Amino acid sequence: MTEEIMTKNAENSTEPILILKDLQVYFELKKFGFQHAGYVRAVDGVDMELRRGETIAIVGESGSGKTSLMRTILRVNNPTGGTISFEGQVINNLKSSELKAFRQKVGYVQQDPYGAMAPFMSIRSILEEPLKIAGIKDKEERSRRVHQVMEEVKMTPVDDFLAKFPHQLSGGQQQRVVIARAMILNPVLLVADEPVSMLDASVRVEILKLLRNLQESHNLAVIYITHDLATVRYFSEYIYVMYAGEIIEKANESDLINETAHPYTHALLAATSDPDPKNVDEFQDVPPGEPPSLVNPPAGCRFHPRCAQMIEGVCNVEVPPEFDLGKEHLVSCWLFKDYEVAKNRS
Amino acid sequence: MSEEKIIRIQDLKLHFTTTRGAVQAVDGVNFDLAPNKAVVVVGESGCGKTSLAKAVLRLLPRNIGEYSGKVYLKDLETMSLSDEEYRKQVRWIKMSMVPQAAMNSLNPVMRVGDQVAEPMIVHYGVDKDKAMEQAAKMFQNVGVPVDFLSRYPFELSGGMRQRVAIAMALVTSPELVILDEPTSALDVLTQANIFNLLKRIKTELETSFILITHDISTSSELADIVAVMYAGQIVEVSESHRFFSTPRHPYSAKLMASVPRLRSKEELDFIVGRPPSLINPPTGCRFAERCPKRFGKCAQEPPIYNFGEDWVKCWLYEDQGEKA
Repeated sequence: MTEEIMTKNAENSTEPILILKDLQVYFELKKFGFQHAGYVRAVDGVDMELRRGETIAIVGESGSGKTSLMRTILRVNNPTGGTISFEGQVINNLKSSELKAFRQKVGYVQQDPYGAMAPFMSIRSILEEPLKIAGIKDKEERSRRVHQVMEEVKMTPVDDFLAKFPHQLSGGQQQRVVIARAMILNPVLLVADEPVSMLDASVRVEILKLLRNLQESHNLAVIYITHDLATVRYFSEYIYVMYAGEIIEKANESDLINETAHPYTHALLAATSDPDPKNVDEFQDVPPGEPPSLVNPPAGCRFHPRCAQMIEGVCNVEVPPEFDLGKEHLVSCWLFKDYEVAKNRS
Repeated sequence: MSEEKIIRIQDLKLHFTTTRGAVQAVDGVNFDLAPNKAVVVVGESGCGKTSLAKAVLRLLPRNIGEYSGKVYLKDLETMSLSDEEYRKQVRWIKMSMVPQAAMNSLNPVMRVGDQVAEPMIVHYGVDKDKAMEQAAKMFQNVGVPVDFLSRYPFELSGGMRQRVAIAMALVTSPELVILDEPTSALDVLTQANIFNLLKRIKTELETSFILITHDISTSSELADIVAVMYAGQIVEVSESHRFFSTPRHPYSAKLMASVPRLRSKEELDFIVGRPPSLINPPTGCRFAERCPKRFGKCAQEPPIYNFGEDWVKCWLYEDQGEKA
């Protein structure tokens, strides 16, 4: 195992393995099943660069397009516009055989571990399935890989668990098996969709630490999707804040929390409570309203109807470009119009 | 002193019979709550939190093994009431509940206004127009637009559905509302909104709350008192300022250390192992096997040590607390 890690580290380069350029994912709405009736703009112009060994957290409310973005990266959904490149190759239009090879390099950890496993399959067969699909015919080789990955996720003694079924495991153990399944083909990219939101607080930390260890030992690139900013801090180098299909602020973890720029990010941070008895005496400051419809998003900045700092005639008319605040901190908000424009959006 | 409590629970037990033996989901719970206060019951999954709520509100499944103890609502002893009397005198009249995943517990084929009005019609026998008026008032109170009365649950967002479920629990103006994980499926902004709403209701309607949750961070938004539940028993009850600064029970301390915080970057800790099976809970202290401060005495059942209004069930406090 150590040899494998060494070769993995040797491959390490600063080239991003995943690049998204202006990615758009639209879903067509149809009237009576055939007549065009507009688009749901689930993801609208997202850029991202992810290197090995790095974690990018994507934070946002439900309906902000996090899951559509993730499913498009996994190529479950097809992108409408823009490009996705993985290891230097554009993967927008892969054939199904190429797609199979791509998916073997990408692990996926689902939100609900119990829902993600077939209830009638034993842990052994759940873990062997990807190996069979990858064409590993040697039974002993498969068994060796299953044991190895189970030890990595600390499900020991391994043989006690292999014959069990998902319902016989606790939530934390189920999530470990899901992680083991994602890791068994030695992926280079791991996509984790709210991996701890269904778990108890005490188990959450355990799973996050496990993911962190796996990332370090395998030099993985990780996309961590969540709505919980408190866990993000312990797990990510970069945080992207998503609102109504767009990334509105990106920065490294400490800048985003300590030098927050976008009013929406401010609101998210303010709504995240720490265990503090003083909370009882104060109302939390929450922006009014709900996230906009993605069929007809508001003109200009999509957050302007809920924003307390809205500038009349600017925010509700023109789409804010991405302003560069330095240190890789980018924000799409007119409040920062004195900074240099990093990217114009339309 | 006892008359001023809104609820007093004494040695409440709820055991389920299963083919593998009796599951002691609630095993000797004691606590009481003063009016217009909120107690938060925290603990890991599988510690009996939801069973406690169900035992208090007598929403029981069929496989009951043992159901005993005393529950006083002010002066009314509810455990001796028949099911019919309980339904007429207590449920939704003195005490109501917002169930877990309340947003999915609404009837999908009934307009939400009718659902909120229903308890008024069933429990107070008012006519439909009056009940709808009351429902409209309740909608305003919880911040749902009144024209949503004639909508169906699928037409509402998760946060709105949660508000409707809260309106349903409040429509008969009970003195005590049990909330079971009211925000666990919601986004942070919606969570913050719901807690703002609960705080406002607590001051305006003088309602008392029992809030059941495993999310200690958000629970601090509402808690006056924190009760920690482990393996079917309550192991600590503390006033919230006290609890969030220095929890007494080793289990409480471990729970607090496992909470990710936004505003300080302490190293996170987790509790090794998992809660014991409630079919054959360990003798002695039930947390002993996972406890970092375990010592010889823990093999025996710890008594309760009082610290004024607070108490803890742990041998470590033998010399400090006053034995109950």
